[in-house]
Amino acid sequence: MTMIKRGFAALAAGALSSALAMPASAEPVKFDFWFGLSGDLARVVDTLCKNFNESQKDYEVVCTSQGNYDATLQNTIAAFRAGKQPAVVQVYDVGTATMMLSGAYKPADKLMEENGYKIDYADYFPGIARYYATSKGEMLSFPFNSSTPLMYWNKDAFAKIGKTEAPKTWEDVGADLKALKEAGYECPMAINISANESWQLMEQFSALHNQPIATKNNGYDGLDARLEVNKTKFVQYVTDLKKWYDAGLIKIKSKDLGQDMVQAFASGTCQVILTSVGDHGTVGRTQKEGMKWDVAELPVYAGTERKNSLVGGASLWVLSGKSDAEYKGAAAFLNFIHDPKTALFWSTNTGYIPVTKSGFDYMKGQGFYDKAPFKGREVAIASLTASEPTEITRGIRLGNFTQIRAEFGTQMQAIFANKVSVQEGLDTLVKNGDAILDRFQQTYPGKTLP
Amino acid sequence: MEKRVTFGKWTIGILFAVPQLLLIFTFFYWPAGQAVYWSLTLQQPWGGGNIWVGLDNFRSILSNADYWNSITASLVFAGISTGLAMFIALVLAALTDRQLAGSRLYRVVLIWPYGIAAPALAMAFRFILAPEAGFMAMVNQVWPGFWDPGLDGADAMASIIVAFSWKYVGYNFIFFLAAFQAIPRSLVEAAAMDGSGVIRRFWDIQFPLITPTIFFLLVINITESFQDSFGIVDIMTSGGPANATNLMVYKIYSDGFKGLDYSGAAAQSIILMLLIIVLTIFQFRFIERRVHYR
Repeated sequence: MTMIKRGFAALAAGALSSALAMPASAEPVKFDFWFGLSGDLARVVDTLCKNFNESQKDYEVVCTSQGNYDATLQNTIAAFRAGKQPAVVQVYDVGTATMMLSGAYKPADKLMEENGYKIDYADYFPGIARYYATSKGEMLSFPFNSSTPLMYWNKDAFAKIGKTEAPKTWEDVGADLKALKEAGYECPMAINISANESWQLMEQFSALHNQPIATKNNGYDGLDARLEVNKTKFVQYVTDLKKWYDAGLIKIKSKDLGQDMVQAFASGTCQVILTSVGDHGTVGRTQKEGMKWDVAELPVYAGTERKNSLVGGASLWVLSGKSDAEYKGAAAFLNFIHDPKTALFWSTNTGYIPVTKSGFDYMKGQGFYDKAPFKGREVAIASLTASEPTEITRGIRLGNFTQIRAEFGTQMQAIFANKVSVQEGLDTLVKNGDAILDRFQQTYPGKTLP
Repeated sequence: MEKRVTFGKWTIGILFAVPQLLLIFTFFYWPAGQAVYWSLTLQQPWGGGNIWVGLDNFRSILSNADYWNSITASLVFAGISTGLAMFIALVLAALTDRQLAGSRLYRVVLIWPYGIAAPALAMAFRFILAPEAGFMAMVNQVWPGFWDPGLDGADAMASIIVAFSWKYVGYNFIFFLAAFQAIPRSLVEAAAMDGSGVIRRFWDIQFPLITPTIFFLLVINITESFQDSFGIVDIMTSGGPANATNLMVYKIYSDGFKGLDYSGAAAQSIILMLLIIVLTIFQFRFIERRVHYR
C-alpha cells in the first residue's frame, strides 16, 4: 500500500515539477499541411498525420484535403495572395515549373539544413530527385507520393495465344494484340486519350526512348524552350496506336463513356492497359474473381536503348512567410516522412512507391514485394532506375504544362476521330503548345528557372 | 392628392441610397473592375508582379481559332437547348393546365428537375447516355457505332444539350403553368363554346397572353445557358472531344483555374459579359416589341 502511495506521490511530484519547469512548451506548435488526395488516399494521409502528431509533443500538423491537385494549387495561390498560406503544400508534378518561378517557397534543402536535419539526398532515386531539383541539383521540394506507369497484362488471355511473358517491344505488342483479337477478345488493349494520358503516352514514351518533349533539354535550360514532339519517335508511336485503333485492336475507355480503362482491365473486358503503379492496389481489389494478371515495364521499340521512366505524383513544398517555429515543425514533419518506416506504411496503404533507396531496401527486407497483393510493384522501381537520368529523362520543366496536356488531349481526340492526320494533329499540338509557352515566358520577363 | 413621400433636400435621398450603392459597388463594380484591370495585364499567378499589356490579351484570344470555335459551340448550345427546354415546357404546361387526370401529380413531378444540382444531373446523364453501358448502349447494339460522344463532337454536344434542357424544362414549366393559370378561364371556355378546338384556342387566346412570360424565359434561358452549363460540361465531356463542347464559360474555367492564366481568363470573361449584354439588348429591342403586356 505505502509503496503504491509513494509511487503516486512521486509521479505527481514529477508531473508537477515538469509542468512548472516548461510552462510554454506544453502547447504544441501548430502548422498547416494542405494536400490534394481524396477518398481512400486522404484517409491514409490523415493516419500519417496522426502518427506524426503522436510521435512527438512539440508540433502538431493540421492536415486538410483540398479535393484534388488542381484545387490544392488554386486554393494555395489564393491563400498566399491573402497571406494565409499553409506551411506545407502538396503540388503535383506538372506544377513544378510554376512553383519554381513563384518566389513563394522556402527551398526544402535549406529548411532542413537550418533546422539541423541531415538528409542524404543521394539516397533518393535520381529519377525522382532530379524532377524536383534545380539544374544545379538543389532540392526545392521533397518527393512525397511517387509513381510511374506500367503495362498491366492479362496472363489468362496471353496464355490463350501461347504467351507466358509480357511483350517487351511495341512490335511484339502489335503482333500480340492481333493474335488476341483473332483468339476472340473484343478489346485486346484499352487506352484513353484525354489530357491525363499525356503522362504515359507522350511524356513517359519520350523518356524511355530518350526523345525530347521540348528543346532546351525539356525546358531545364530556359523559359524559351519550345515543343518538338511533332518530329520525334513519338510520331511513329501515335501512328501505330491509331493504326491499331482503326483495326479494332485498341478500344477507347474513359469514365465519360461508362467504364475507365482500369475498370475495363480489372473486369477482364480489356487485356492490356498502360497506367500508373498507383492503380496496382485498385486492380487487385476490384479484379474479376480468379483472373491472373501481372505488370511489366512499358514496352519500347525494337533496337531502343531503354532509359529511365519519369516520376509522377506530387511533392511537398514549404511556403515562404511563415514563423520560425512553424518551419521547425515543417522540417520535423518532412523528416518524419523521409523515414523508411513511414515509406513502408505509405506504400502498403497506397500504390505509391518508396522514393528513397533506403526506404526501398527496408521494404524489400521486410518482405513487402514477396507477398501476393504487392508483388509486381518493384517493377516500377526497375523502370524508374533503368538508367542514370539523361539531360532529357531527368524530367520536364515547362510552364503552364497543364494547358499543354489539355492541348495533347484535344489533338489526340481530333486524330482518333479522323478530323486530322497524325502529323497535322501533332503539328497543331506543337503550334498551340508553343503559344502557351510563349505566354508563360512573357508573364515572367527576365526570370530564369533556378 | 400627393401620396408619395418627398424630400426637400437631395442630400437626404443620397444618404438613404448610400448603403445600397455601397453594396452594389462592393459586390458588382469592384470585382468587375478588377477583372477589367486583370484583362489588361499579364498576371503572375502567385502575385509579385504583373505587366501592363493593354489590349494584347484580347488580341491573342480573338486571333485564336479555338476561341472562335468555343463561341460557336456556345451559341449552338444556347440556341438549341433554349429552344428545346422552352418548347417541351410549354407543351407540358399547356397539357397540365387542361386539368387532365393526374395533372396535380405532373405539376409536382415536373418541377423537380430544376431542384437537382447540375453536377448531380450530369452524373446521372453520363450513365444514361454512356455508349457501352446505358440506355444508348441498346441503340448501339442495333446500329453499331451510332452513338459515340467520346469521339464524335456532335454526339457530345447533343448529350450536354439534353442534360441542360432537362433541367430547365422544370424551371420553365413553373413559369408557363403560372402564366396559363393567370388567364381568365372564362375566356378559354367562351372560345370553346364558340366551337374552336384546342389548337385554335391555344394560338389565338393563350399564346398571345403568355408572351410576356415567353419573353422573360427566353432572356433567362439564354443567359443561363451561357453561365450555368459549366457543371454539366465539366462532368460529362470536360470540353471534349477535340474541343467540341468547350463552351466559353468552361474555357474560362480551364484557362483560368487549371491553366493559371488569370489574365487570359479575365479577358475571356469580359468578352462573355459583353456578349450576354448584347444578346439581352437585342432581345429587348427586337423581340419585346412583339410582346403584349396587359
